Amino acid sequence: MDQSLFRSLAALSLALFCVTAPAAAQEASLVDGAKLLLTNGVTTIEGTSGGGVATWSTIAGRETDRGIGLSGHVTLIELPDYGWQSHGVAVGIANRIELSYARQNFDTRDVGTALGLGRGYTLNQDVFAAKLRLAGDVVYGEPLLPQISLGVEHKRNRDAPVARAVGAAHGSGTDVTLSATKLFLSHSVLVNATARLTKANQAGLLGFGSEGGDQHRLQFEGSVAYQLSRRAVIGAEYRTKPDNLAIAREEDWWDLFAAYALTDHLTVTAAYVDLGSIATFDQQRGGFLSAQIAF
Amino acid sequence: MFLLAAALLMQPATDPPVDWDKEFGVEEKVRDPVTGELPVDSYVQANGNAGAAPFAGSAMATAFGGQDGIRRIANRTVELSEADPRLAAIFQAHDMVRLKRTLFEQFCYILNAGCDYSGRDMASSHKDMGVRMRDMNALVENLQAAMREGKIGFAAQNRFLGKLAPMSGHVITR
Repeated sequence: MDQSLFRSLAALSLALFCVTAPAAAQEASLVDGAKLLLTNGVTTIEGTSGGGVATWSTIAGRETDRGIGLSGHVTLIELPDYGWQSHGVAVGIANRIELSYARQNFDTRDVGTALGLGRGYTLNQDVFAAKLRLAGDVVYGEPLLPQISLGVEHKRNRDAPVARAVGAAHGSGTDVTLSATKLFLSHSVLVNATARLTKANQAGLLGFGSEGGDQHRLQFEGSVAYQLSRRAVIGAEYRTKPDNLAIAREEDWWDLFAAYALTDHLTVTAAYVDLGSIATFDQQRGGFLSAQIAF
Repeated sequence: MFLLAAALLMQPATDPPVDWDKEFGVEEKVRDPVTGELPVDSYVQANGNAGAAPFAGSAMATAFGGQDGIRRIANRTVELSEADPRLAAIFQAHDMVRLKRTLFEQFCYILNAGCDYSGRDMASSHKDMGVRMRDMNALVENLQAAMREGKIGFAAQNRFLGKLAPMSGHVITR
């Protein structure tokens, strides 16, 4: 081999080594996991990131603006007459876009018998959601400018014939949410307010709209949380709901929750939830337990 | 690496040594014998450079253990960050002696513990660092760790972070 070519190759390999080695160390991986603890929220019953019952403007996953984040969750709710189980996954892209999927399984237990569905009939629903952060940051930037996100949740009830039988107009529907969330560090208090346009009856498990009322209605979700430590937060949430169905009254939901980050990747949320009257069975108050794993 | 070693071996041994510092006009900076700091270009000093209005009253200064406690937290934050593989590349390129002093002054001024801030403002001091959101978060975690070690109550930690968080726009440059 020609000596000058050999020298050039040596110089080039040295140069490449110098350029790539520190850069590779510094850029780390695409899944950077660098979001501040708990600022990805926990997973809601709809699979979006938020406070458990209310959707927040937070983006799922532990990525920052140059990475990709992932999360998965399982949620159980134990009520006097029903059992809820949901699970799902979410992807956060550059702390800007959240894409999520959740499967909801609502066990009607003895109510199934009363409704003529059969004991333990389970209503199922898929929720495909997308959320876009429009402005602000939940922690940084202007102290009074919240993180604001626009979300879409497309819900497909897998038991549409049941939903129609109870008077719903549709077996699937799409909610639109607009959320504002801010952690007020001066008081260790996080506040969220969300406006939701929805036709959903009991979040969609009893279908969407009804013959008497088939338009999107504006609903409100509010959360207030207090940060006890880097890993622990307690809070309360309230969520209003439409009341479309003639056969059963639908009530607002509220909950008291505590979330704890056991590790940087595993967060457990426990809550007392009051889901009001569901399909004529009143006072559905019980326990909510959710585990979220996030990277 | 083999190519590199081969290239070094094949260098003609007769070339006279070149003083590259002289060739490129590099002047060696000498640390101040008293402060131990490297010299910096002059700038206008003002407390406004600290980037936040100080707390009113003495409660926060007390919560942070006065100037001694604040100095420990500022030093510890720098030490943790220097040793942090996520941040070492940024920190090691700068004068840690000066940073420990100016960070202490900034914290002390904002916590109203009786200091003036003599450092640069946040935009010009971070201008060429290329700090990303993930670096900022890592620094916040190190400051939180330092405050935890200093037994600072969490509510007071957050109140202090609340003064620093709005500066993110001047610190994060890419």
